[in-house]
Amino acid sequence: MKELNELNLPENLGYTEDHEWAQKTGETIKIGVSDYAQDQLGDIVFAELPTVGDTFNKGDEFGTLESVKAVSELYIPMSGEVIAINEELDDSPELVNEDPYNSWMIEIKPSTPEEYDQLLSASAYMDLLKG
Amino acid sequence: MKNGVGTSGLILDEPLLWEKGKKGRKGMSIPHSDVPQAPLDEELTGTPVDFPDLSEVDVVRHYTRLSQWNFGVDSGMYPLGSCTMKYNPKINEKQAATPQLAAAHPMLDDQYSQGVLQIMYELQNYLADITGLDAVSLQPAAGAHGELTGMLIFNAYHQSHDSKRTKILIPDTAHGTNPASAALCGYRAIALKSNENGMLDAADVRELMDEETAGIMLTNPNTLGLFEGQVRQIADIVHAKGGLVYGDGANMNAVLGVADMKKCGVDVLHLNLHKTFSTPHGGGGPGAGPVCVTKELEPFLPVPRAWKDGDIYRLEQDRKDSIGRVHGFHGNFGVLVRAYSYILSMGAEGLRKASQLAVLNANYIREQLKDTFHLPYPQPCMHECVFSDQLQKDYKVTTLDMAKRLIDYGFHPPTIYFPLIVHGAIMIEPTETECKEDIDQFIATMKEIAREAKEEPDKLRNAPQISKVRRLDEVQAARCPCLTGPTLPAEQ
Repeated sequence: MKELNELNLPENLGYTEDHEWAQKTGETIKIGVSDYAQDQLGDIVFAELPTVGDTFNKGDEFGTLESVKAVSELYIPMSGEVIAINEELDDSPELVNEDPYNSWMIEIKPSTPEEYDQLLSASAYMDLLKG
Repeated sequence: MKNGVGTSGLILDEPLLWEKGKKGRKGMSIPHSDVPQAPLDEELTGTPVDFPDLSEVDVVRHYTRLSQWNFGVDSGMYPLGSCTMKYNPKINEKQAATPQLAAAHPMLDDQYSQGVLQIMYELQNYLADITGLDAVSLQPAAGAHGELTGMLIFNAYHQSHDSKRTKILIPDTAHGTNPASAALCGYRAIALKSNENGMLDAADVRELMDEETAGIMLTNPNTLGLFEGQVRQIADIVHAKGGLVYGDGANMNAVLGVADMKKCGVDVLHLNLHKTFSTPHGGGGPGAGPVCVTKELEPFLPVPRAWKDGDIYRLEQDRKDSIGRVHGFHGNFGVLVRAYSYILSMGAEGLRKASQLAVLNANYIREQLKDTFHLPYPQPCMHECVFSDQLQKDYKVTTLDMAKRLIDYGFHPPTIYFPLIVHGAIMIEPTETECKEDIDQFIATMKEIAREAKEEPDKLRNAPQISKVRRLDEVQAARCPCLTGPTLPAEQ
């Protein structure tokens, strides 16, 4: 497992206490899990994702990640409607381990875009991990 | 440390059955049929299945060799937390193999099945006595099936009160089957966080419990091996809002004859006969998960149930408010006979003593290893104790590495990475059937593994080394499971 100083936490993302990240891409938001989350979970073998059109409120469970160790819930960082899911993860869930920041899980159209500003910055997220 | 019980020996290799045998070999010779041949309806036939042709000795050696690679409670200590892998006395097997029971036909009329029905009737009563609850169904085939049955009973109860409930409270220490069973029944699981002592707070339940919530599913002792001290207050809060309390009895081995589940406020409880009442399990069954309920919920129990009518035992098939059948015929009857035999041979005092020893053994291990491994919840435990790999992290050794290393020393690994609220959990349940010498050997082995983690960590990372197979590729197995014989055409 990685030491905290080995973690990759890009500055241009917003993070949650539940280890998801959100990235602004124009009007929409892409969502995935952090390097810390994929490292803690270990080899991911299955990603269960919602369907396009589903709507969620901030903090709702939107899917699960299954690793050889455990099944872990995914909580949505912002409210909105799912407009795309990353279908690549269906056949290749290991991409989440290999490249957690390009392996987004869902893309949403946020209903409350201001919620992005409440997310943790990379340094605030690192402080949280340091405990 | 002296060498552990794990050593090497001659292990015979064995191919898959598809790689064995030769065309034309037979397991048995069947006499020529003197019944005239008749054509088979083509709709009933399909592509022939490619079974290998094998002789009897091929098959016997195949399975004997596979069994020699196996590790079970008859081979050694099996401290798999939450699974209660106690030794299963052979008297139970002898009783279950009694020809009159083993060969009893499930479609015989009640009058020809009196012995079978008497066993079921008395077992129902014993389980009611043991749990403190009023009525029992022996039908469910295992724990999760009992949970589903319990949820169907919740649903039937609320419907009978014209109450529509959509949610259910489930603690974060629950077995994963709990939310799954509730979801199968259409309930949405609401997670209930345990407090810093690993237990539930009545105040948190009060905040979440409302009149759209069907009730709560709790495991007591919980999966941290801790007794939920506020169980009665929690039950009162749930009842006050019209909800019901489900008790997951997976951990009953800690409290037989000690805790009365009805007094704890439990309305429905399943028992895992294959855990607590000593019937062989693992590898997928068969098990039995009887469901015990209060008088108020008795009308909803699944049918059939054994009943005594004067001097005659009957199988009650119909009951107006019953949720119906959840299993064919008499349930997993062979398991019921073993549990019945276990209860009778132990007696009430013996069962209580078994629980006391199970708790004592777990606390002995907890106390002996608390300075070697991190103990996230340090208070006295019930029948199992949960450590973590936090102290070994600095050496880049994980719980998985330590669990695999135990195999080299001749122990079955404990449950790992569960419960989820403990990072790198190592959950040890010794049960009451291990003697002090064996537990001491286990403790010494765990200490030796902790020393290796510090001084020779590669021994752990490369473990197991002397087992039949080395570390398996769990990731490949989960991502690309191959469940067919190699000569069968691959799935298109």
